[in-house]
Amino acid sequence: MSILITKDDTFIIQGITGREAVNMSRECLDYGSKVVGGVTPGRGGRDVYGIPVYDTVRQITAKTRVDGSVVAVPPAFTRDAVYEALEAGIKTIVVVTERIPRFEVAQMVELARLRGARIIGPNCLGVLSPDEAKMGGLGGRAVDAKKAFKKGPIGVMSRSGGMTTEMCNTLTAAGLGQSTAVSIGGDAVIGSTYADLMPLYEADAETKAIVIYCEPGGRMEAELARYVVEKKSRLPIIAFMAGRFMDEMPGMRFGHAGTIVEGKADTTAEKIKRLETAGISIAERIEDIPALVKTRIGMTG
Amino acid sequence: MRFYEYESKRLFGKHGVPLPTGSKVAHTPQEASAIAAEIAGPVVLKSQVLTGGRMKAGGVLFSDNPAAAAAAAKKILALTINGHTPRGVLVEARAPIAQEYYVGVTWDGVARLPVMICSDMGGIDIEEVAETHPQHIAKRNFSTLLPFSDFMAKELIASLNISGSDLNRLAQITAGLARIFITYGLTLAEINPLAKLADGRFVCLDGHVDMEDDARDSQKAILKELGIDPEEKRQARPPTDFEIKGVAVDAGDHRGVAGNVVEFDGDLGLVIGAGGGSLTLFDAIRKHGGRPANYCEIGGNPSVTKTCELTKLILSKPGVKKIAVMMNVVSNTRVDIVARGVIKGVIESGHKPSEKIAIFRIPGSWETEGFKILKHYGVEYCDRTVSMYEAAGRAVAKMRVG
Repeated sequence: MSILITKDDTFIIQGITGREAVNMSRECLDYGSKVVGGVTPGRGGRDVYGIPVYDTVRQITAKTRVDGSVVAVPPAFTRDAVYEALEAGIKTIVVVTERIPRFEVAQMVELARLRGARIIGPNCLGVLSPDEAKMGGLGGRAVDAKKAFKKGPIGVMSRSGGMTTEMCNTLTAAGLGQSTAVSIGGDAVIGSTYADLMPLYEADAETKAIVIYCEPGGRMEAELARYVVEKKSRLPIIAFMAGRFMDEMPGMRFGHAGTIVEGKADTTAEKIKRLETAGISIAERIEDIPALVKTRIGMTG
Repeated sequence: MRFYEYESKRLFGKHGVPLPTGSKVAHTPQEASAIAAEIAGPVVLKSQVLTGGRMKAGGVLFSDNPAAAAAAAKKILALTINGHTPRGVLVEARAPIAQEYYVGVTWDGVARLPVMICSDMGGIDIEEVAETHPQHIAKRNFSTLLPFSDFMAKELIASLNISGSDLNRLAQITAGLARIFITYGLTLAEINPLAKLADGRFVCLDGHVDMEDDARDSQKAILKELGIDPEEKRQARPPTDFEIKGVAVDAGDHRGVAGNVVEFDGDLGLVIGAGGGSLTLFDAIRKHGGRPANYCEIGGNPSVTKTCELTKLILSKPGVKKIAVMMNVVSNTRVDIVARGVIKGVIESGHKPSEKIAIFRIPGSWETEGFKILKHYGVEYCDRTVSMYEAAGRAVAKMRVG
């Protein structure tokens, strides 16, 4: 099984006629995803690679089952688009748009909670379940995604979209396929954190271990460490920590919006300490990840 | 973006937070003396810089009369603190303090909601209070969907066992701060210390406001009112000319990112990216003993011209011997376009790509086409079988050879 998306799940793309969204639609279709419609207000009646375009989300949900939505509209319209999807009853929403103010993200997350729905992102590349479906830009073209991602027992979560593919590619080369890879987004406030997604992986019998990519900034790693200890997670976790150089430069912004080191608990050194205390293995380099995974799940070689 | 203390206070004052008498900025000793004369009593003069440790550095002085205030202002205006020259001197009345409090509003990234924080131990690092005296600190999340209501602040203050008129005064200030936080897209609004004076009044002695960059577009009106230039970026240190040129390269073309640069002292120019990949590669270069000349993000499919301009900028920096072009396995950034842009930039700068490019490690989208171009120019390239760490090592080794 996969988490968040399988080959049977349907989704729509909001903002489908945008330049990047058109490419993403092609990629998702080629990968085998069931994209059942697109939305661009005022463009209803057209189509993108055979995907019918509508003016509103409800025009699609009135006709067919919609499990998810990828929101790829400009930042100024993102909150409204997410509200529209939530109010139409869609339960999994991937927000790829960057540069959305934190307050608006928090509002989307709050409404999603009230509606029993889940948001992934913003500022993320989405979700990919190898050989099942891809929802968002993760992995790029289907032909490229098939090189980097293979089906298997490892769950992958990453604050960096690019590093999601890099880590999965390294796992694949070592014969370790993935159950589902999630690019969770690089902002300071995001819809789903590592700890939020852990229960889904826990419930998936095929997932045997978790690999995460971490950065300085925020309390997400500390929250995961607490989750693992409190819930006595069955899953071994291997974490790669990037941006160690940033500990020496508090207040400077490198990489994602969420990476600014503001306090002591935000540093990579402090995060590594907390993760290790919770029994999470730390990989010094990306290429060390496969061996650590194999050791933790009791595989030889 | 951090606000100067005087800007924070102007924002607070606009929303009913009580400030010390006077509280005006002087740009000359004469102005400081005039403000002190208006206050007609003991004053405090504070350097307006965007850095901590003012008191230790001598950027905060006290005086009892206008002449002394002028002398103190002269000293402060001439003082550079952690590389920051002051924007002026804030002159305020000094009054006897009975107790110091802390109130602040910030983001709770775990709850994904704003959080109000209050402590009856102000004036020191709030993180330290949270660790050493948790009973002296109260926190409360509030909704971003429901309207903010005063009772939330009242509950927060009451949970610290504060009662009587102090409760009502503190709750009013905290509620005001929460509304400021919501209204202006802030990531932090804090008053530290918030002083209770001997006569029972509360005043904001020092304040700190941070506005999120992504909120600036929607906050143009207040930024203008406070006299903050829309172009003004406020990092932990002021940007260098090289960094400003990088921003210009990025702004010149809307396609992709190329030009978010931070300057360092090394000899290896980096064309790396994007967000997470650049952090990983910068670490790897340093681990191998390399000396980065810059940190530079590139990604999201920049055009050939944009990549070329960026390459030229990095090569123009004195002391840069070679550049390393590296990324993680890319999804939407086309390898061939980056290769074309970098090679064009190297040639236009008057160098041979095979000599100036230490390594090119970008696997992924359109890699076959990209590698063909690199091979043609004799550039060492790596496919995905070479790790990011290994590629960084090869680049550093080439720097040693010369």
